[in-house]
Amino acid sequence: MERAEVEAKLTDLLVDELGLDRDKITMEATFEEDLEVDSLGVVELLMALEDNFGVAIPDEEAERITTVGEAVTVVMEKLG
Amino acid sequence: MLLQGKRLVITGVLTDDSIAFHTARVAQEQGARVVLTGFGRARRLTERSAKRLPEPPDVYELDITSADDMAALVAALDERWGGVDGALHAIAYAPEDALGGRFLETPAESAGTAFLTSAFSYKTLAVGLLPLFRKAGGGALVTLDFDNSQAWPAYDWMGVAKSALQSVTRYLARDLGADGIRVNAVSAGPLGTVAAKSIPGFSVFQDVWGGRAPLGWDVADPEPVAKMAAVLLSDWATSTTGEIVHVDGGFHAIAAAPTE
Repeated sequence: MERAEVEAKLTDLLVDELGLDRDKITMEATFEEDLEVDSLGVVELLMALEDNFGVAIPDEEAERITTVGEAVTVVMEKLG
Repeated sequence: MLLQGKRLVITGVLTDDSIAFHTARVAQEQGARVVLTGFGRARRLTERSAKRLPEPPDVYELDITSADDMAALVAALDERWGGVDGALHAIAYAPEDALGGRFLETPAESAGTAFLTSAFSYKTLAVGLLPLFRKAGGGALVTLDFDNSQAWPAYDWMGVAKSALQSVTRYLARDLGADGIRVNAVSAGPLGTVAAKSIPGFSVFQDVWGGRAPLGWDVADPEPVAKMAAVLLSDWATSTTGEIVHVDGGFHAIAAAPTE
């Protein structure tokens, strides 16, 4: 999957499944500060990534994700 | 199979790391029919996790403090099954100021919330499901404990609530024995669940556990705890009630590791 494709799919799932505001989603946006995702939301985000992209994201790698762009990068790595 | 035909209500499945998730999985593998309950926003996680079980179960709304939710759950299960044989209580919460090393400053209200959500709720679940247990001619309740017989770093009022939960287990066993309902607790070693990660200083538990437990301890493996919960829900534990069963690698029996 191309990076742009992952970005688009991730943006859709953030809006449709996590209920985030599409206008606030940029690749630089941080989940915690900019998008106001709390700890429960982060858990949901990780499960949503796993469900939608068919990847498994271990805790050590999940901890690297602070921005939307970093989530894209981790998914890209997992997809190979 | 251990739980062939048993009708079980499993609370507290958040993610596929949850102890409750693995209890549901083991129960299904052992022939049980399972429903899950979820609460509020967290229910979206429960729904997601349900799809990762061998046979994705239905998820019912249950805010344990809501009499309406309980009535709706009981009505739905009565229609679905006409009785219930077992339930897992995996419900706990403490406000932020009741955990993390500010024991002396915690306001009464926060300590009270920890008690009501984490200990009193076992009584609420038991009494709520009582009509369905009676229709089944008895049953079994299991809760998830963390042994607080000694004081821990950071665990604070959550620890006090867990001590209360052990006591609630014994009183429920006393009052429900006549109905053939067994009430027990599994006291688990530390596991890397969402609930555990929300405890500040959780790593302290992890650090001491493996070295002291004679059997060792894997914080990433909830299966031993899930299996014990399954045993206590089964007919292999028919004379056991009011009991706190440790599934902790033996940690509770040992005062200090030789090298600690």
